[in-house]
Amino acid sequence: MAEVTGTGRVKRGMAEMLKGGVIMDVVNAEQAKIAEDAGAVAVMALERVPADIRAQGGVARMSDPDMIQKIQAAVSIPVMAKARIGHFVEARVLESLGVDYIDESEVLTPADYENHIDKFDFTVPFVCGATNLGEALRRINEGAAMIRSKGEAGTGDVSNAMQHMRKIGGEIRRLSSLREDELYVAAKELQAPYDLVKEVAQTGKLPVVLFTAGGIATPADAALMMSMGADGVFIGSGIFKSGNPAQRAAACVKATTFWDDPKVIADASRGLGEAMVGINVADLPAPHRLADRGW
Amino acid sequence: MKVGVLALQGDVREHISSLIACGVDAVPVRRESEIQSIDALVLPGGESTTIAQLSEVFGIYDLLKQRIASGMPVYGSCAGMILLATEILDAKVGQKSFGGLDISVRRNAFGRQVDSFESDIEFADGSHELIRAVFIRAPWVEKVGDAVQVLASIDSHPVAVRSHTALATSFHPELTGDHRIHRYFIEHVARPALEKVK
Repeated sequence: MAEVTGTGRVKRGMAEMLKGGVIMDVVNAEQAKIAEDAGAVAVMALERVPADIRAQGGVARMSDPDMIQKIQAAVSIPVMAKARIGHFVEARVLESLGVDYIDESEVLTPADYENHIDKFDFTVPFVCGATNLGEALRRINEGAAMIRSKGEAGTGDVSNAMQHMRKIGGEIRRLSSLREDELYVAAKELQAPYDLVKEVAQTGKLPVVLFTAGGIATPADAALMMSMGADGVFIGSGIFKSGNPAQRAAACVKATTFWDDPKVIADASRGLGEAMVGINVADLPAPHRLADRGW
Repeated sequence: MKVGVLALQGDVREHISSLIACGVDAVPVRRESEIQSIDALVLPGGESTTIAQLSEVFGIYDLLKQRIASGMPVYGSCAGMILLATEILDAKVGQKSFGGLDISVRRNAFGRQVDSFESDIEFADGSHELIRAVFIRAPWVEKVGDAVQVLASIDSHPVAVRSHTALATSFHPELTGDHRIHRYFIEHVARPALEKVK
């Protein structure tokens, strides 16, 4: 009985198990425990949440292995970590640490402005950001086993996440409406491989799980993303940059499960204290927009 | 037969598709009234800590525990197996299960995601045909009670077990498009159990 690791089914299947859940950014073991206790399906271990990366500037890199391992030791749920776009050595390091998923993330400073990591070459699965369908399919073509819409991380402004979810959903719906002989040009326009374009046209969905990320700060934000067709939600700065992280984390988990029940969302939204202050994406000068990283 | 899939978190959709392919009425269930209306239950793959916690938060933990204890047929895959176990090893502090199946289960026993694997296994349904099994951060069974039968093992660790009313697998048949495990649950666990009640 040969046991095979790192297959597409095992990598994509791992993301299927996270569906309907919330993945939370944490910077230490204490936050990781708060996230686990609140019902997070996984945590993303990183040294600085996007809001701090934005505030402090400088080059943002993979986190310290010590810090990642402390978080792995503290919780029993999956632990994800971020590598810079194109930095396949950071990815190898994270794989050797036994992280459960790698986020090849635009939140960190890219290491390669042309190529992303060849993700088929790894046993550990990857999640990648996308702002539109073509970008999502290019990442899947490189081996991504999960996609998240990018949004604009570290802002608490959900408008970009909304825009990206609408864009991806709209482009999928358009493909489904095309004649088969029109898919060749559609693939050219999307700058995506024809086979993946055809698969999406036939199934009406991405071939991998689609989460959403970037700017989600409240239970209602999380529910909004679920009602736009997200399979689940990443919450970065929104939780631990707020007044009462434990309660806000639990509230976002509830609203993600009962996204279609306004009464539950109302209850979850009561008395949460201050949300993260946030920055309007429109006020961000273009060079500081993270969602534009990746291509 | 109406089968509910507990829809708090996890791969609910895949279980529903597999059940429908087996010819039963399958619905997601999250609320008390929905749980009251079903004949049998599937606990999906997902994060066992999250599912257990949400069931408490939304006030359906006791109902699920009680319906399972009173013999509602139930199948759990991976996280679902953990949720059915009477004892969880390597649990999160205070982690609860619904119980119903007299087994001790070790969480993440096969390791982290880099150790997740697929393999052909023999499932003791009498067919002697191999089943492609997908294990994702999977648990295994360390101890079974007297009324529990082992249906499949990997390296002597049980990965599929059943009692009169409950079936549990460490792996995810819902991910492969092979409906034999679901059919086994319907035909050899749920239907006989429900007929006995009648």
